[in-house]
Amino acid sequence: MPAISMKVNGEAVCGDVEGRTLMVEFIREKLGLTGTHVGCDTSQCGACVVLVNGKAVKACTALAIAHDGAEVTTVEGLAKDGKMHPMQEAFRDNHGLQCGFCTPGMVIASIDMVNRLGKDLSEDTIRHELEGNICRCTGYHNIVAAVKAGAANM
Amino acid sequence: MDNGTGIGARVKRKEDHRFLTGKGNYTDDINLPKQTYAYFVRSPHAHATINKIDTSKAKKMPGVVGIFTGDDVAATKLGGLICGWMIHSKDGSPMKAGPHPILALGKVRYVGDHVAVVIAETRDLAKAAAAAVDVDYGVLPHVVDVADAMGHKAQIHEVAPDNRVFNWSIGDEAATDAAFKKAAHITKIDLVNNRLIPNAMEPRAAIGYYDTGAEHYTLYTTSQNPHVARLVISAFHGLAPEHKLRVIAPDVGGGFGSKIFIYAEEVVCAWASKFVGGRPVKWTAERTESFLADAHGRDHVTHAEMATDASGKIIGFKVHTKAAMGAYLSTFSSCVPTYLYATLLSGQYNIPAIYAEVDALYTNTAPVDAYRGAGRPEATYVVERIVETAARELKMNPAEFRRKNFITQFPHQTPVIMCYDAGDYAAALDKALEIADVKGFPARKKASAAKGNFRGLGYSAYIEACGIAPSAAVGSLGAGVGLWESAEVRVNPVGTVEILTGSHSHGQGHETTFAQLVSDRLGVDINNVAIVHGDTDKVQFGMGTYGSRSGAVGMTAISKALDKVEAKAKRIAAAVMESSVDDIEFKNGTFTVKGTDKKMAFGEVALSAYVAHKFNSAEIEPGLKESAFHDPSNFVFPAGVHIAEIEIDGETGVTTVANYTAVDDFGNVINPMIVEGQVHGGITQGIGQALIEGCVYDKESGQLVTGSYMDYQMPRAADVPSYKLGFTCTPCPSNPLGMKGCGEAGAIGSPPAIMNAVTDALGVKDVPMPATPHVVWQQLQHLKKAAE
Repeated sequence: MPAISMKVNGEAVCGDVEGRTLMVEFIREKLGLTGTHVGCDTSQCGACVVLVNGKAVKACTALAIAHDGAEVTTVEGLAKDGKMHPMQEAFRDNHGLQCGFCTPGMVIASIDMVNRLGKDLSEDTIRHELEGNICRCTGYHNIVAAVKAGAANM
Repeated sequence: MDNGTGIGARVKRKEDHRFLTGKGNYTDDINLPKQTYAYFVRSPHAHATINKIDTSKAKKMPGVVGIFTGDDVAATKLGGLICGWMIHSKDGSPMKAGPHPILALGKVRYVGDHVAVVIAETRDLAKAAAAAVDVDYGVLPHVVDVADAMGHKAQIHEVAPDNRVFNWSIGDEAATDAAFKKAAHITKIDLVNNRLIPNAMEPRAAIGYYDTGAEHYTLYTTSQNPHVARLVISAFHGLAPEHKLRVIAPDVGGGFGSKIFIYAEEVVCAWASKFVGGRPVKWTAERTESFLADAHGRDHVTHAEMATDASGKIIGFKVHTKAAMGAYLSTFSSCVPTYLYATLLSGQYNIPAIYAEVDALYTNTAPVDAYRGAGRPEATYVVERIVETAARELKMNPAEFRRKNFITQFPHQTPVIMCYDAGDYAAALDKALEIADVKGFPARKKASAAKGNFRGLGYSAYIEACGIAPSAAVGSLGAGVGLWESAEVRVNPVGTVEILTGSHSHGQGHETTFAQLVSDRLGVDINNVAIVHGDTDKVQFGMGTYGSRSGAVGMTAISKALDKVEAKAKRIAAAVMESSVDDIEFKNGTFTVKGTDKKMAFGEVALSAYVAHKFNSAEIEPGLKESAFHDPSNFVFPAGVHIAEIEIDGETGVTTVANYTAVDDFGNVINPMIVEGQVHGGITQGIGQALIEGCVYDKESGQLVTGSYMDYQMPRAADVPSYKLGFTCTPCPSNPLGMKGCGEAGAIGSPPAIMNAVTDALGVKDVPMPATPHVVWQQLQHLKKAAE
């Protein structure tokens, strides 16, 4: 089995993987970072979104071995010095989560959105940009409000 | 108390920090030492005999620990899956429940039916070996559409030769016929309530573990009601007596009904652990398995007729429904199209005579059971679509036709069991009309028409019943369980509080709202209150969370236990402060003696209770811990008025929800922020049902066509608008908190509002759900042709 190494949430990690091992399996099962979730297996729901070299990637559809040497940020790596990232804070302040299962992917996709498009996001833009993330609980109303507020505070 | 943490405050959720930082603890996040992985062999056929299962090749595959079939399960005398609500047909005969083995025995009855389980060292190895299990099937005729199921040549269960599970009725047929004879006008409608797949974002998962030393089972599972799971697995499957079986439902990623039920996969994980040497057995559904094998929702075909008199008053209502049950009767399936459906057919209206008949039918599909709303969305859909249609036929304003027929006196006994206790339907209508700016609609419609688009307005005045109760009443209607809730309040010596509740939170925010109640009552900081749920070893017994019951039933149980805590704490405070208990007052967390300056903080009394130095322990037991079971005296009846405004693109048939207004009466509200969130989510699921979601089985092959998110369209952020909400309040008289339920209302009220708007826009009587662009575009072409 080939060995790979990555920097995950600022820490150097390494591990043996099979060719077929998915990023999300490596993150959840080898690294024990279970904040990244699997909701669909088909790249549709976005519960598995992580930042790879600063860009949002669906970890359920990426091979771990293809990201040897990458810098990865999972939801566990967003808070700094015990303080949540502004996007995390905004999700809490705006009740942008209920069961919490889609939330890690939703927060990371939202951060990626701001990284790409800036802080001034219209409701239409936010809704369109969240096309790769499904939430079954919130009806998106409060997620949209959260992203808007989180973007402003980033 | 907007800035505090008590009842009525918009308190930010206590549970959010762990969910937002990736520290949630969902079943699939749990891994046990020496864990194995299960993968299920599922039927590729809608209906077939199993002639032979050959596991010899699969058993030799690498990493395989064990392979089990229905015969292996049967050899251990593990009982089959059950349906816990007995329905009798109108001829008095009991429902025809076919066998539902944990793993198939001799026959499979839907695509995805569980045939065998392969347990291996890794998930991939289990999956590879499962593919090597050779099953010889004898394909049989199948039927997947409920409309075709009655008497179909595909006979799904021996016990039901015509595929009919029951033919049930409610109401007074003769009185209803008499009303129709007097009618000035009769409105008729045929409706299909499309089959939905619940799709909680967390797929079902389980880890079963048999401790060979203690001879004790532990099951981690994605359940809305772990105690009911333990009861069923113990008492009906006979896996182990309850004290030898612990069921834990940790963080659960959404349920919407689909995680109420006791499924084969979870039971198999626990059962099989014993036969792989006590190694834990883990199973996590792939999303396609969720589509195939989670219980689905809805799937009704209905003909309804409504009789009105010359003044536009509704005088009679007749309904006939064919309800799909799927291939087997799921845990609570039989009560959904009966007592949770037809008992709500009076809607918000004073209808003197109602008669409904329901044929429940087997189909070669996944079982159908409760999905967000469970029967009440189906009832509301029938009532609100026919009421709208009647108003149009009578050339009356649909809002005013509703108002004319609203129930205005309470309590109101309907002809279909329910006794509505409180409400003010006109107040909700008025508020909704205002928020939705209905007055401005004609101008907006004109503006749409100028762009070649079609704009429509649709109303839905829904009522629902939740907190199903009392237990004796539901028992007399066939329920196999009581529907009370339990709570235990443990006050620690330092004055912090633990609440053990039989309710289960899987997104509803109980850790916050329940703590608000405690904070409000005991004056304890909300951060000093912990809510403990989801573990049969911690919480004594409970009925779980579904049917919007956790506020009205679960919190009332907590409230009752708090009453007892307060009463005992007063006795202790009286003893310590050397006064009469009648002179003790408790307010804002402080016990005072009337007419003196003596006082004790709640925490001091708690410490005194445990130190037990300053009272006579022969008269007052040490400690401060009380429990309560609450069995409600009636259902609660949330109601409201929703108004949808949609615009249809004249070229593409794409329907956009332009405005959506919901005015709801949930009685007293603990946390408006959380309640609004429940409404938003419910409305979105209802818009999903109306416009985009639909489960499709191919008629010819019986295959599930919508087996992934590539094929089953879930509502995404761009499919829905932001919502305009309003609230009215008539406190519920049957519980001390005055609460109703808010979890399902959005999903109940919204589908007819949307479809009434779509049909209004197009000027047609019916458009089938989901009104996808393709469906609407076809309607537009018909209209164009008709105009030519």
